[in-house]
Amino acid sequence: MASIQLKNIRKVYPGAENATIAHANLDIKDKEFIVLVGPSGCGKSTLLRMIAGLEEITAGEMMIDATKVNDLSPKDRDIAFVFQNYALYPHMTVFENMAFGLKLRGTPKEKIEVAINEAAKTLNIEHLLDRRPKDMSGGQRQRVAIGRAIVRNPKVFLFDEPLSNLDASLRVQMRTEIRKLHRELATTMVYVTHDQIEAMTMGDRIVVLKDGEVMQFDTPINLFNNPQNKFVAGFIGSPSMNFLNGHIHMDGDKIQFRSEDMHFSLPSAFKDKLLPYVDKKIVYGFRPEYIYDKAHEADKQLSEDVKIKITTVEPIGSETYLYFSYLGCPDNTFCMRTSSQHAYQIGDLLTVGVDIDRLRFFDFETEERVI
Amino acid sequence: MDKLKIIAFYSVLLAFTALYLGPFLFSISISFNADKDVFEWPIEFFPSNATVDNYIAVWEELPFSTWLFNSVFITLIQTVTNIFFSALAGFAFARLSFKGKNFIFNLLLSSLMIPGIILLVPKFIVLNEFGLINSYAGIILPGLVGITNIFLMKQFFETIPKDLDEAALIDGCSYFKMFWKIFLPISKPALAAVAIYTFQGSWNEFLWPVIVTVSEDMYTLPLGMASLRSELLTDWPLLMAGTILISLPTLAIFIYFQKYFVQGVASSGLKG
Repeated sequence: MASIQLKNIRKVYPGAENATIAHANLDIKDKEFIVLVGPSGCGKSTLLRMIAGLEEITAGEMMIDATKVNDLSPKDRDIAFVFQNYALYPHMTVFENMAFGLKLRGTPKEKIEVAINEAAKTLNIEHLLDRRPKDMSGGQRQRVAIGRAIVRNPKVFLFDEPLSNLDASLRVQMRTEIRKLHRELATTMVYVTHDQIEAMTMGDRIVVLKDGEVMQFDTPINLFNNPQNKFVAGFIGSPSMNFLNGHIHMDGDKIQFRSEDMHFSLPSAFKDKLLPYVDKKIVYGFRPEYIYDKAHEADKQLSEDVKIKITTVEPIGSETYLYFSYLGCPDNTFCMRTSSQHAYQIGDLLTVGVDIDRLRFFDFETEERVI
Repeated sequence: MDKLKIIAFYSVLLAFTALYLGPFLFSISISFNADKDVFEWPIEFFPSNATVDNYIAVWEELPFSTWLFNSVFITLIQTVTNIFFSALAGFAFARLSFKGKNFIFNLLLSSLMIPGIILLVPKFIVLNEFGLINSYAGIILPGLVGITNIFLMKQFFETIPKDLDEAALIDGCSYFKMFWKIFLPISKPALAAVAIYTFQGSWNEFLWPVIVTVSEDMYTLPLGMASLRSELLTDWPLLMAGTILISLPTLAIFIYFQKYFVQGVASSGLKG
C-alpha cells in the first residue's frame, strides 16, 4: 500500500538532444489504478521504469510511500514489475520462477510455499507449477508473470504493456482479471499501455503522455468529455474526435463558426470565450458519438442544421460508423456513430446537428481547449 | 544432365572425405601393424599380421600414464577456467556498463590479430622471471582464458532479452548472482561450444608445452608422442597407437556434446 509522487521528473538519455521525459508531476494516491497511455515513443515506459528504478532519473524527485527513492535500487523499492515479454527465467519451473525473489530475500521455505499456492489459486495456475515457460501459452506465461509479482506482496505493482502479446479475446479477459486482482489486493498499480480502450476500461485515473509531456491526468470520463487539449481529444475515444479548422465570425449579434466545409451559428453562451477568436483560426472538435441525424433525434438540444452526404457505411453489428462530407465540400471526411437500426446507404443526404453541450473548440496555435 | 551433376557433386565430396579421412584411417591401420617397416611397398592397408601389441606397448614401455595425467590435469583446469572466465568477461562486456568498456573489448579483440608465435618468446621470458618454467603453472597460466571464447560468450549473452536482467534486479539479484543463477544456466549451448573448443585446443596443444617443459615427467601426451620420433628410427606403429589413443577423448567429447556444440556455434551470432 503506497502513494507515489513524481515531482518535476526529467529524463534525458546521454547524448540525446531532447528529453524523453520533459517534466512530469504526478500525485498517485494509495490503492489507485493508474494507467499511463500515449503513442509510441511518448515516454510512458520510461516513466514506469523510472518508478521501478530501472532507469536513472536526470532531475526531480521520486517518492514512494513518502520516501525519496531516487537513489534506491529496484530491489529496495518494494515494487513488482510485470514485463511485456513476461521475462520468466526459462530454466526454472513456474514454482521456481515465483519463488526466486522470495528466496533471495531469505523468506522461509514454508512461507514461500504458502504464498505461491495462494497466488497460484488466485490466478488459476495451480496445475502449471511444475512446468517450464517454454511449455506454456502466452496467456499462461503472463499469469505466471503476474503471479511472480503477487507473491512478493509489494507496495506497488508496475505493468509494462503486459497484454500486448496476447490475442484480442484473451486481452479482454485478462484486463478484467487484472482489475479484479486490483480490487482484491487493494494495492497501488501503475499500468502502461498504448491501447486507449485498455486505458479507459482499467484506470481509476489516466495519464496521457505525448513527447515526454503529461498532456492530462484525469479520470477516464473527464478525459473523454473534457479533454484539456486537442491531442487528448483526438487520442481518447474510438473512433477519434473529428476536427475541422475554421474561424469565428460575428454576423451582427450572432456568433458563427465558419470553415470551407460549412458554417453554423453557435449558442450565445459561447460568446465570451470565443470573442477573442473572432476572425482568427480555431479548431472545431466534435465526437462521432454526439452527431445526430435530426430526422431521428427531435428531443436533443442540437446545433444548427448542417447538411451532409454519406460516403462510407461501416456496420460493426451493435452500431454503424458513417463517414461523411459536408455538402459541396467532398475533400474532408468525418465520422459519426449511429444505431445499426437505421439503414443508411452511401449517398444518403442527412441533416445533422451536434449536441450543444459536446461542442469543443481548440486554440489553433496552442491546441489548448477553449470550450 | 542432372544425373551427371549429382555424380560430379558426390565425386567431389568423396574426394575431399577421402583426403581428410584417409590419413586417419591409415594411422589406425599402422597402429595395428606388427611389422615395423610400414612404409615399404606394397603398403598394406589391411595388415596381414594385425596385432594389439602396439597399444599394450604404449602403456608398458612408455611413461604414458604420467603424460596422460599431465594432459588430463592441464586440459581439465584450462577447460573449467575458460568456461568460467570467458562467461564472466562475456557477461561484463555484454551487460555491464563501465568506463572504457568498448576500448578494453577492442583491445582484446585486436590482440587476436597478433600471430601467437610472436608471443611465445615474451611469454617465456615472463614465466621464466616468475620461475614457472617446467611447471604445471607454466603450462596452464597462458591458456586460462581465450579471447575467442570471451567473444563467443559476449555474442551469446547479447541475444538474451534485457527484460531477464531487469526481472532479476527487481527480484533482488546482484550482478554476480544474476550471472550465476540466470545467465550461466541458460547458456549451456554456448558453454558447451567453449568447452569443446578449449578441450580440443588444450588436449592437442604442442608448441607451448614443448617450449615451457624441460623434463620428460612434465610432458603432455602430444609432446610424449612426438618424442618417439627420431631422425634415424621411428617406431611408427607405436607412435600411431599412441596417437589414436590420444584422439579418442576429443572424439568422444565431440560426439557427446555435438548437439550443444552446433547450437552454440549457430546461436552465438544470431538474435533470438
